[in-house]
Amino acid sequence: MANQALGTPPLPGPQPLEKTAVLVKPRGEADVLARTGSSLWPDRIFSWVMLSCALCILALVGLIVYELVKGSQLSWHASGWKFLYHSDWDPVNDQYGALPFAYGTIVSSLLALAIAIPLAIGVAVFITEMCPRRLRGPLAFATELLAAIPSIIYGIWASFILVPLLRTYLEPFLAKYFGWTGLFEGPPLGIGMLAAGIILAIMVIPIISSITREVMTSVPQQQREAVLALGATRWEMIWTGVLRNARAGILGGIILGLGRALGETMAVFMVIGNRPEIAKSLFAPGYTMASVLANEFSEASGDLYLSALVEIGLALFIVTIIVNIFAQILVWTVTRGTPARGNA
Amino acid sequence: MGVGIQVEKLDAWFGKTQALHDININIAANHATAVIGPSGCGKSTFVRCLNRMHETIPQARAEGRVRIGEVDIYNGTSATQIRRRIGMVFQKPNPFPTMTIYDNVASGLKLNGFRDRRRLDEIVERSLRYAALWEEVKDTLRKKSGASLSGGQQQRLCIARALAVEPQVLLMDEPCSALDPISTGKIEELIFQLKEKFTIVIVTHNMQQASRVAEFTGFFLMGKLIEFDKTEKIFTTPSNKRTEDYITGRFG
Amino acid sequence: MPNTTLLSNDFAAAPVSVRRRLTNMLATGAAAGAVLLVLLSLGAIFVYLVYKGIGAIDWNFLTQIPKPVGESGGGMANAIAGTAYILLIASAFGVPIGIGAGIYLAEYGRHRFGDIVRFTADVLNGVPSIVVGIVAWAVVVVGHGFSALAGSVALAIMMIPTITRATEEMLLLVPNTVREAAYGLGVSRWRTTLSITLRTASSGVITGIMLAFARVAGETAPLLFTAFGNTYWNWKLDQPTAALSLQIYVYANSPFDEWHRQAWAGALILIVLIVASISAVRLVAGRGMLKGAN
Repeated sequence: MANQALGTPPLPGPQPLEKTAVLVKPRGEADVLARTGSSLWPDRIFSWVMLSCALCILALVGLIVYELVKGSQLSWHASGWKFLYHSDWDPVNDQYGALPFAYGTIVSSLLALAIAIPLAIGVAVFITEMCPRRLRGPLAFATELLAAIPSIIYGIWASFILVPLLRTYLEPFLAKYFGWTGLFEGPPLGIGMLAAGIILAIMVIPIISSITREVMTSVPQQQREAVLALGATRWEMIWTGVLRNARAGILGGIILGLGRALGETMAVFMVIGNRPEIAKSLFAPGYTMASVLANEFSEASGDLYLSALVEIGLALFIVTIIVNIFAQILVWTVTRGTPARGNA
Repeated sequence: MGVGIQVEKLDAWFGKTQALHDININIAANHATAVIGPSGCGKSTFVRCLNRMHETIPQARAEGRVRIGEVDIYNGTSATQIRRRIGMVFQKPNPFPTMTIYDNVASGLKLNGFRDRRRLDEIVERSLRYAALWEEVKDTLRKKSGASLSGGQQQRLCIARALAVEPQVLLMDEPCSALDPISTGKIEELIFQLKEKFTIVIVTHNMQQASRVAEFTGFFLMGKLIEFDKTEKIFTTPSNKRTEDYITGRFG
Repeated sequence: MPNTTLLSNDFAAAPVSVRRRLTNMLATGAAAGAVLLVLLSLGAIFVYLVYKGIGAIDWNFLTQIPKPVGESGGGMANAIAGTAYILLIASAFGVPIGIGAGIYLAEYGRHRFGDIVRFTADVLNGVPSIVVGIVAWAVVVVGHGFSALAGSVALAIMMIPTITRATEEMLLLVPNTVREAAYGLGVSRWRTTLSITLRTASSGVITGIMLAFARVAGETAPLLFTAFGNTYWNWKLDQPTAALSLQIYVYANSPFDEWHRQAWAGALILIVLIVASISAVRLVAGRGMLKGAN
């Protein structure tokens, strides 16, 4: 075991440069590379340009808030908070109470959720846990297809097909057997809150279903196996082993669906009747915040009228933002930050 | 022809953790130098400091003097410029997946502005010959993608790509660790031939490989250079006890 | 030998109770029922679209502009072209900004500020389309009148979050070793990002863009008071323009049967275009590009 270094190459300290250490003049090709620019500027400029694109997104949200607030100033100064709880919408006399629209938006959305939640979860459960493997792809594709149908097409279908169906079959049926609840009174016109609720439900099912599927598949297999190993039936396994674990995410999906329902315009607009009334019966026509904007915005004359409409837009914006942020946080905590694809 | 590398007082950090402490080493031109040591000893970090790849990791930095030939790479010249003179082959073969074999080899030149078509053809062929891959791919150069080759072929493709820009130094970070023994053997043969034209620094956790291909070997431990000497000496009569412990397998 | 078990000896041998088995069956039935109901609705929509719409689609429909009220015939040629026109202008803003923001988030934005941008993009995604229409109206229409540009701005705002997130996702799928290979060759960072990283992720990014198009092409609400609609051809940016979704809406809302027929036809064309692009996207996604691009 020698302790002395023998014949090692020279170590630290400036060394006399050997011939081969001189930077040998490179051959032709590498010469070209030597001449190209080496400054930091192209990289810097590039990162600034990319940053500004990202800032655009922030700027756009800022712009939305700015324009909505600016446009509703007039109406805000005229009526303040009364705007939100007065139910008198009278453009002729410049009286603007937005309560009927808030009511219509909330009721139609809640009705939609009441119908959509069991169906969407049922679909999700079937696709992830119950159906044969071969069917999974086509069924998933079918629900995605539902999500891709534009609002106006739902609207036209609901208006020409769903409404007559309601008028002729469903509404008399409901009035006859469930009229005692007080929810099904008045003439069965077809159009009205019930129609809006049903078409919204169909539109919202794909979102709730796809998020539910996503969180269900992220429940680890061991959880399922643990429950099965205790002798549970398949349904019991799904209920205890999967849905229980996934419930935060499912809730997030439901709230995301709520957010979509709140902002939905065209389909609702074509079947809800567009009358600013508050009524208990689901057969009655109603009006939502989004529908009044679609209906009256382009023809609104008078600054106060327009401002009132923009204020409704602001209210709609705030409500949907809050609901969506809440939902995003819920879904994010369950799926840990992977991008939510519930909207397309 | 290759050039020598002189490293003085090199320190490197990942955030607050110091990964290299006061490294001083002279790497001889036109020879292969192996860098060995247990996992986490800083050998990869050291080699990546030689072409300033270390600083591409967020919050990583390095300080010291590294002279490649006459150029102090940490003093003034841009990192991008440095890397054009130094070739690097990585642990896991990483050909560009969307490019053909030809485009992969030519990428170092094309991306840096070189346009001459005819010379590109010559350079690509020459580089692939150096990498002992020409015969296997000469018919499918422009048709097959870089990613469609086998692991060993991919790594030779990466070597060809690195050689195409005529670097003076070739850095290899455990180039064979993801490959089967036969491919490993081919690449070791390659290194043997390449060192006549290039200066090679090869990180390896395989001591037999170091003794097969390198004339000089440096032993790293916990971010410090423990011993640096002719390979033969390191493996038969090391001066430092810790080197001896590692060689004989007492740890690592 | 005392009986030391706490459970009766029959516990393990007892069959699963009828109640539990019944519940299991009912649950399966209910879930299957839900699927059937949903498939039924989907089917009903498509069947009626084809049934009601196919009759009115003919060469005239595809090549003529609307005839005045009361006259039969005419078509939606200008509306179809108008949608394409507005989409094209919208993508001139939306695609570069979306891709740029996506590049920023993937390559430069792995920190707090990047998280804020990401979150804001999701917020922007959730803004109701009618509200986006109001904003575009406030910025472009007020003082200048309805215009194709206004419609394009509204649609661009809606495209950007989708494209941004898709681009980010796809770029993150590119393994870091690819970037390192480029850096090792002395390629500058911006060049690496564009020529190597983005190029590797390109088919995924294009998928994202096409999905954004499909989503936005069918939007009506944001165009109601921006592009506004037009019964004639229009290629000027500062004039109102027809769009397929708008035309469907106007016709469906009218009292004329003839227009109703054409509304169905327009709806059929719209859905065919959307389904075609989504299917094309799925086909491309399945072929050799980076996995996970669904």
